[in-house]
Amino acid sequence: MAQLDFYTLLPTVVLMAWASGLLIADLFIPRDRKAWTAGLAALGLALALGLTLAQIGRTGTGFAGMVTLDPFAVLANSLLLVSGLLAVGLSFGYLRRRDIDRGEYYSLTLFSVAGMMLMTQAADLIVVFLALEMFSLPLYVLAAFARPQPDSEEAGLKYFLLGAFSAGFLIYGIALVYGATQTTALAGVVTAVATGTASLPLLAAGAGLILVGLGFKVAAVPFHMWTPDVYQGAPTSVTAFMAAGAKIAGFAALMRVFVQAFPVLGEKLTPILWTLAALTMFLGNLVAIAQSNIKRMLAYSSIAHAGYILMALTAYANPQMRQMAVSAALFYLLAYALTNFGAWGVVAALEKQNGGGLELNDYAGLGRKSPALAAAMTIFMLSFTGVPPTLGLIGKIYLFRVTVEAGFIGLAVIGVLTSLVSAYYYLRVVVVMYMREGEPEASMDGWHKAVIALSAALTVLLSLAPAALFSLVSGATLLF
Amino acid sequence: MLEYIAIAVLFLIAVVLAALIVFLGEIFGPRHSTPRKAMPYESGMRPVGEGRRRMPVRFYLIAVLFILFDIEVIFFLPWAVTFRKLGLFGLVEMFIFILILLVGYVYAWKKGALEWE
Repeated sequence: MAQLDFYTLLPTVVLMAWASGLLIADLFIPRDRKAWTAGLAALGLALALGLTLAQIGRTGTGFAGMVTLDPFAVLANSLLLVSGLLAVGLSFGYLRRRDIDRGEYYSLTLFSVAGMMLMTQAADLIVVFLALEMFSLPLYVLAAFARPQPDSEEAGLKYFLLGAFSAGFLIYGIALVYGATQTTALAGVVTAVATGTASLPLLAAGAGLILVGLGFKVAAVPFHMWTPDVYQGAPTSVTAFMAAGAKIAGFAALMRVFVQAFPVLGEKLTPILWTLAALTMFLGNLVAIAQSNIKRMLAYSSIAHAGYILMALTAYANPQMRQMAVSAALFYLLAYALTNFGAWGVVAALEKQNGGGLELNDYAGLGRKSPALAAAMTIFMLSFTGVPPTLGLIGKIYLFRVTVEAGFIGLAVIGVLTSLVSAYYYLRVVVVMYMREGEPEASMDGWHKAVIALSAALTVLLSLAPAALFSLVSGATLLF
Repeated sequence: MLEYIAIAVLFLIAVVLAALIVFLGEIFGPRHSTPRKAMPYESGMRPVGEGRRRMPVRFYLIAVLFILFDIEVIFFLPWAVTFRKLGLFGLVEMFIFILILLVGYVYAWKKGALEWE
């Protein structure tokens, strides 16, 4: 009984404890000193990041095989914790400006990050479900955090209802997998298939339902309906965190579950993943063109990027390509997360207190009014499009290479074509910023500026020397 | 297939018993109809107005807190049953569990969720 290996989950456990402590500590911090809460939250995230980095090179399983620690989990967790830090950096000034600087915000963010970290380490479908709920529930509350503003409340409720609905799919899928194999452990599923005791059609149905459940979380078409409304209605700092964090966690779980438990279903699932990826890229990029609201546009762009990552996942069943697919997806998640925080940071800076300033036309004249901010936004838009010299380009090349090498040339062509389409709406922002006259007003505090500057700098600098990143992600192996 | 017969029998008994009770009550039960008895709630709750009227949101808060601590108690039960087997480990684990709930309790208290007004 005492064989619990706490070390595997140490950063997550510490973060949970810290979040609980922060919830109590915040009760004694007066309203005008919420900077303390934000600082403590950042400290907790930094502590967990340190503990995660100390886990580099360690592997193993814990809690009777329910969680696993491998290089993949360490990298994904580090990425999640950095995302959390960037989110806290964006949040403080923004929340105060919108007069919603309640201390619970930071506790909820920390709880959510802890749930996401558990998700990347889940070696059992029950833990996947538990972690999904653990990171989703705080996100539902965060989406509605600008209460009593109707659009934020709508976002929270919509996200909650559809999230609960998708959790139903996930748990039904887990039940079917259990029915087919008599186990919920990822390794156990493989064993059951190998010994011939598993019922394959039932297993495939279960895997399909799990794909639906997680597809909701990463906003893949046709499970994306909630994304634009939620991303638009939620406070912008929350949207930034949600877009990056939920995607990293969702894709980490998808990769681990599919690569570890369902390699045998490759023949059945590959066409489905192919179609999902193609649909997601098409719809995300095409509908984004029609958007005049910048938050909605970025929401559809986020859907499109889910499609690119799904493209890598399509190759999961091919044993030679498996590790490369996982590495490419991780690389792209990293590039996406960095660019994402920068872009949403610019959006948050230009958002007015009354919720205005979010239309594309409100960006007119930014190039003259605040050149640095406009330059940063240009970098992020180029990175989303995949134009040098940005990290987005390297990520896309990596993804396309994996897709082509796995033999899905049609899918890669669709990816390239939709990327070209996306250039239209991303570069339109740049055109509006520099070529039109206007009087936009940006307001942000030092941390906010730092997050935007850091994202912009990393997006450019890392793309110039991607070798270190390549070796980092190709070392991020899934152990099982 | 045979092992499910017990369930079928149980199902049958349940249906027959329910029907029997209603039937017997109908035949032998005394009938004194008063206006009060004709009301939807014999408890005395007076159903006036629409069924969809507004309720104070405080009830909702109380209900949420009730569910929270209700589930806490439910988790205590299996722990208490296997307490000896779990030993010190189980005790420590349960204290951690209570500590987490205590955090929520202190939070709700300080936020004034337990005040009626």
